[in-house]
Amino acid sequence: MSDAGILAELGRQFTVLSLLSIGGINSLIPEIHRQIVELKGWMTDAQFSELFAISQAAPGPNFLIVTLIGFFVAGWPGAVITTMAICAPSSALTYVVAHLWDRFREARWRIIIQRALAPLTVGLMFSSGYVLTRASDHGVLAYAITAASAATMLWTRVHPLAALAVAAAFGAAGVL
Amino acid sequence: MVPLPAAPDPALVVPSTRALFFGFLQVGISGFGGVMPFAHRMLVERERWMTEREFVDVLSLSQFLPGPNIVNMSIIVGRRFGGPGGAAAAFTGLIFMPFLIIIALGAAYSAFGQLPHVRETFAGVAAGAAGLVIAMAMRMARPLRRTSWQVGIAMVAFVAIALFRWPLLGVLFGLAPVALLLAAREKPP
Repeated sequence: MSDAGILAELGRQFTVLSLLSIGGINSLIPEIHRQIVELKGWMTDAQFSELFAISQAAPGPNFLIVTLIGFFVAGWPGAVITTMAICAPSSALTYVVAHLWDRFREARWRIIIQRALAPLTVGLMFSSGYVLTRASDHGVLAYAITAASAATMLWTRVHPLAALAVAAAFGAAGVL
Repeated sequence: MVPLPAAPDPALVVPSTRALFFGFLQVGISGFGGVMPFAHRMLVERERWMTEREFVDVLSLSQFLPGPNIVNMSIIVGRRFGGPGGAAAAFTGLIFMPFLIIIALGAAYSAFGQLPHVRETFAGVAAGAAGLVIAMAMRMARPLRRTSWQVGIAMVAFVAIALFRWPLLGVLFGLAPVALLLAAREKPP
């Protein structure tokens, strides 16, 4: 694929995903993985899960995983295009809807939509966890680290970065 | 959103376009793995651009619509105080620094990511990051436990997306109408 072709493809993919991202960007992980790793082969499983890890460890909003993927696949132009593609359609929609929202805030159909989307978002979020685990974990110890980090987040008040630092230390020690 | 009161709350401040840019600039570089708590601190506690109640309304709209939640919030807040220019200023402020930081990290990863020791460290972080997402999913699932159709929809979505690897577009168009019908059959709260 030519450079321009890759950029156009990235822009097209993430423009569509912008409007499908109910519940935020993390629920898109399975679909991004399907398109970038499985269909296009633009990166390996390991690279995908490592870029995701970087985006979690970096400061700022978590949608930057999309910027990082664009940068990895197509450099600076890729980063700009994926960032604009994931933000522009949803932002335009938000701008318009914010205008109308006051009128509908008590409307019953609004509550129905929220109740309908909640379980879809949960299903997608579990799918993200599953896909990332499959992509990053090879061996019992890696699974143990994933489970321990999930348990730490659920049942303690440890900061996510501290959990990632411990996981990094295990990795650096070469036990994986 | 609660419309701004006719006689504005004297404790509230109306930000300029410039203030929107710099306010969200700080939010952008504040959080790790989620900046929403910092947005709350900036908007309600520190700068006093909106009340607690208004923040909750803006937050629920940001989460209701597709797109990154914090980006949606920057658009709503920017629009409210400065129209299109305000929305553009808030959005640009929000992503400016994180964009540069993530590119720097990406460049470092491209340069050094193949070194064996770096590779092993990243494998550890990646395993940990997968756990963070699983924990988030479990927290989000807690409110669903009382409603059996919601549990069913969540499970079907998981099987279709995670196990069968079906395209998201098709799964959403298939499941959303079913979920809407089931939600509409429930009695109003």
